[in-house]
Amino acid sequence: MIIVDDLHKSFGDTHILKGITTSFEKGKTNLIIGQSGSGKTVFLKCLLGLFEYEGGSISYDGKNFNQLSEDEKRDLRADIGMVFQGSALFDSMTIAENVMFPLRMFTTQSKSEMKDRVDFVLNRVNLENAHHKMPSEASGGMQKRVAIARAIVNNPKYLFCDEPNSGLDPKTAIVIDNLIQEITAEYQITTVINSHDMNSVMEIGEKIVFLKDGLKAWEGSNKTIFRTDNEVVTDFVYSSNLFKKVRKMYLDENQ
Amino acid sequence: MTYLHNIGLYFLMIKEMFRKPTKWSVMKHLIFKDIDDLIIGSLGIIAFISFFVGGVITIQTALNISNPLIPKYLVGFATRQSVILEFAPTFTSVIMAGKVGSFITSSIGTMRVTEQIDALEVMGINSLNYLVFPKTIALMLYPFAIAIGMFLGILGGMAACYFGGYTSIDDYIIGLQTDFIPFHIIYSFLKTFVFAFVLATIPSFHGYYMKGGALEVGKASTTSFVWTAVVIILLNYILTDMLLGS
Ligand SMILES: Nc1ncnc2c1ncn2[C@@H]1O[C@H](COP(=O)(O)OP(=O)(O)OP(=O)(O)O)[C@@H](O)[C@H]1O
Ligand SMILES: [Mg+2]
Repeated sequence: MIIVDDLHKSFGDTHILKGITTSFEKGKTNLIIGQSGSGKTVFLKCLLGLFEYEGGSISYDGKNFNQLSEDEKRDLRADIGMVFQGSALFDSMTIAENVMFPLRMFTTQSKSEMKDRVDFVLNRVNLENAHHKMPSEASGGMQKRVAIARAIVNNPKYLFCDEPNSGLDPKTAIVIDNLIQEITAEYQITTVINSHDMNSVMEIGEKIVFLKDGLKAWEGSNKTIFRTDNEVVTDFVYSSNLFKKVRKMYLDENQ
Repeated sequence: MTYLHNIGLYFLMIKEMFRKPTKWSVMKHLIFKDIDDLIIGSLGIIAFISFFVGGVITIQTALNISNPLIPKYLVGFATRQSVILEFAPTFTSVIMAGKVGSFITSSIGTMRVTEQIDALEVMGINSLNYLVFPKTIALMLYPFAIAIGMFLGILGGMAACYFGGYTSIDDYIIGLQTDFIPFHIIYSFLKTFVFAFVLATIPSFHGYYMKGGALEVGKASTTSFVWTAVVIILLNYILTDMLLGS
């Protein structure tokens, strides 16, 4: 469980996060949604300690992140998997080496155990035949999937994904969403996902936090998002006619 | 003010580089890779430059000795002194600040820009140890490259004598052996070790702490070259004054 209390973050004079309070539960897929530029990435990087924040606190299962020593932070981070918005693959390593990297760094497994595990996770993200490609030879969507494989290969306790399915076709996007939800439940991971993919919101949004102008404008789940009257949310989520229709049908069905 | 800040940050970086070391089985590979990139990959250019500059020093000295009272073997002596004391350790290092330095800055800078350093940090890896430490260790072999440069510089002078007839090979060799002071070699290699450390850490500093995008990586490489060269030249002055001055 991750608890965020009154988080403030500025760059110079621009106040980006203006006091966000929320919590993310274990074994659930928690979504952060909001317009481009609303501060989702900044929020996630604050959670990870990649950005220093001026106010508020973040605690991981009772441990206040900012009060940990550098070494304790690093120990905590060994339990974190992160998928960056730009994938952030190591470009001097092949795809298989990228995925194997956390295993080489943090486990004492033998070469063949590691290889088996790498094959297993690469299969789960539908990448069977790309082991020896370099990241620069992979498509954007492939890179994203490699990044996801690398994030989950060492069974993290906390999983953060910055737009894990942007750049993927709808079918692969669903496969990835389902994969994340499955492993989250199976291994009781605390998962936080940034997204503006409405399909993900509806499918896997067990908890949804809506950010707008650096504030939490709404909080709920994929069940309650259909019923909310909050105009800011409906404006954003049901901006397309298709989703307006979907919502109407859902509400008619579930009267 | 920012200069002071950066100098402080540089020393903090060096301290941090030794903390929370990366697993040896992984580090070993990183060191070998850096030895290959930074040392082996530079041998060709060091050999080429040393050989020809050694030759030119010999030619220039020979042409400038017109007084018949000055013995011919002085050509060998002058070449040896210039190559061993300054050319091989100092000027080669300035050239390496361009070659090795900009390679280090741009490769670490690119990792910063594409969030690969953040990815390392998020995994709980000490990215400074992972990136900078192996380069520093690899460059501890740099004095070997410089030794080769010294040898080839002197050989280049000999070749110039042989092909250009500036002085006889025998005179040249007598010159090489004249007034040989072993401490000069120690002085020279001490300098080289210091320069090797500078060559590894200053470009790493500029790459690691850069901000911005691809354009800034290019700018950082240039700045890094300038600062590495300036620091090498200044340290050269200070070390020479300390070790050889009376
Ligand atoms: N390193 C930085 N320095 C200065 N400003 C920044 C920095 N990173 C982000 N910002 C600013 O913070 C705001 C929020 O950016 P952020 O990247 O969090 O948006 P986002 O919600 O992730 O958008 P997207 O959906 O497009 O990824 C933007 O106005 C951006 O300009
Ligand atoms: Mg973003």
